[in-house]
Amino acid sequence: MSRKVSMNGRGRKRAAVVASLLLAAGLAGYGASSAMACDACKGKYEVDGRKSGYLFATKETQSIQDDDFINPGMLWVEKGRELWTKVEGEAGKSCASCHGEPESLRGVYPVYPKYDPKTEKLINIEQRINRCRTEQMKAKPWKWESEPLLAMTTLIGYVSRGLPMNVKIDGPAKPFFEKGKEFYFKRRGQLDMACKHCHYDFAGRYIRADLLSEGRGGGAFPAYRLKWQKIGSLHRRFKGCNKQIRAEPYKPGSDEYVNLELFVKWRSRGLPVEVPAVRR
Amino acid sequence: MSMMKIEVIDRRTFLIGAGASAATLAALSNLAHATPDQAAAFLAKLTGGAQPAEGKVKLVMPEIAENGATVPTEVSADSPMTEKDYCKSISIISTKNPKPHICTFHFTPRSGKAVAKIRVRMAETQEVWAVAQMSDGKWYIGKTTVKVTIGGCGG
Amino acid sequence: MAKARVKVPKTAKAGEIITIKTLIRHKMESGNRKDKKTGKLIPRHIIDKFTAKYNGEKFFWADWEGGVSANPYCSFTCKVDKSGEFEFIWHDEKGEEYTAKAKITVA
Ligand code: HEC
Ligand code: HEC
Repeated sequence: MSRKVSMNGRGRKRAAVVASLLLAAGLAGYGASSAMACDACKGKYEVDGRKSGYLFATKETQSIQDDDFINPGMLWVEKGRELWTKVEGEAGKSCASCHGEPESLRGVYPVYPKYDPKTEKLINIEQRINRCRTEQMKAKPWKWESEPLLAMTTLIGYVSRGLPMNVKIDGPAKPFFEKGKEFYFKRRGQLDMACKHCHYDFAGRYIRADLLSEGRGGGAFPAYRLKWQKIGSLHRRFKGCNKQIRAEPYKPGSDEYVNLELFVKWRSRGLPVEVPAVRR
Repeated sequence: MSMMKIEVIDRRTFLIGAGASAATLAALSNLAHATPDQAAAFLAKLTGGAQPAEGKVKLVMPEIAENGATVPTEVSADSPMTEKDYCKSISIISTKNPKPHICTFHFTPRSGKAVAKIRVRMAETQEVWAVAQMSDGKWYIGKTTVKVTIGGCGG
Repeated sequence: MAKARVKVPKTAKAGEIITIKTLIRHKMESGNRKDKKTGKLIPRHIIDKFTAKYNGEKFFWADWEGGVSANPYCSFTCKVDKSGEFEFIWHDEKGEEYTAKAKITVA
């Protein structure tokens, strides 16, 4: 069997490379490995042809996500619950003082990032949590990718589990959405590649040993990555994807990444919130 | 699988990929690896030199592990688990990790079954052993091979 | 800190063999990893012993090495005959101990 894949694009160097190098497990499409999920799961993780990264994981990885008890990401949910009732800051309040149970925030995760009239730009969940900390609790904001911020974001995602992703991209959010979209399609880095090259053109194929997903992930993060051996944010994932093509990553929480987040979450529209997802 | 040619991207892409993969591998196990000999030496120490018989103990691991950092593993032994006749322990031994001994589970008749699940680290593709000791002092061994595909570009 | 999670059925029949699942938050630093920045080995720090007791009886225990994954998950079984309490103890090689308990009603 011999098949050719080519990436369309403006003039750039092309080299024929031996398959085992780039597409390690062979130039196999979907279904080539144990990676495809059961049909029953498929309905849940595929909406209008859009597939969650779940469907690109092996059944072993899927089964870690499927059982709340085996899923190590649940440890962060529990940590989030502890922080929820912890009084901090000069106002002498905890999240619970104003919001009651964390479950009261069900439905919040799927609609973020959203336009924030106060700053006249987008605000994502992490930033929303920190706004409550600084403005409502008079406490210090949590650092990006810090334990408490990851735990609280994971909790807020978790209480919306199963709800469809549903971000708004019209009205005042539109210009930011457009910026995120531009980022997604823009070539960058020494390898001169865009997000879309891996996650549109090559989705379902292997890049070395990695089966490329459609890079949606909108309802999945913070996710427990086997590689990280912990929970990590979507922006950390973005950083990794930028670094792979030798592009300078942006700062987590930067305007660039929040705009990109809106675009990625829009690409995930209708897919269920699956926080804490488990990925390789 | 036959070799296939693809026209794709420029050459640096896969070089980067290869580099990243080597780095990941190094991060997981950047020391000298154990060898099957070291595994055999550990086994001999464990059993006091007794040669375990094949059978009675089962080791289940995925054929292909997506990431060597977390490989779901199940061990079990065929035993009635009565006061008179039960499985005392099962050890998991790696033939390629920096250290051969991964873990040992100890059972009692109260366990009901000699079965345990755990997640383990696998530095690379390798054979893994499960070694059980029964209450009569006899040793048994079960083996499996797990292929580790450490995502070369996992970022 | 919510370190551990355990799952034990709330009820069981006498003579039933139940499955218990446990999960604990721990890096399980193997001692084989180098710090990316300094190039130095990160010292080993793991949970080296896990013990499960049923009404005081130690019925299952495990010795762990650096080859056990971070945030260790472990499941096993127990044959139950009367109501009572389970106790789970994770021993960290630096001497710390974490415990979790769970009750069961056996009919
Ligand atoms: C002093 C009261 C107070 C405290 C304490 C507080 N919040 Fe809030 N929070 C609010 C108010 C008021 C809003 C705005 C509600 C709105 O916009 O409808 C809000 C909004 C939010 C939202 C966005 C909800 C939405 O519908 O978009 C999140 C998420 C949130 N808070 C999380 C937290 C977390 C996590 C904590 C603890 C770290 C916390 N809050 C502490 C008062 C508080
Ligand atoms: C060189 C190929 C490559 C490029 C370019 C790339 N990624 Fe990825 N991306 C990966 C790989 C490999 C993974 C892990 C496996 C998977 O989910 O595809 C991944 C995973 C993801 C995921 C997680 C999906 C999930 O559900 O777990 C998201 C989201 C993502 N990428 C977004 C992006 C964005 C946004 C960009 C552009 C900034 C980008 N990627 C560029 C290779 C790439």
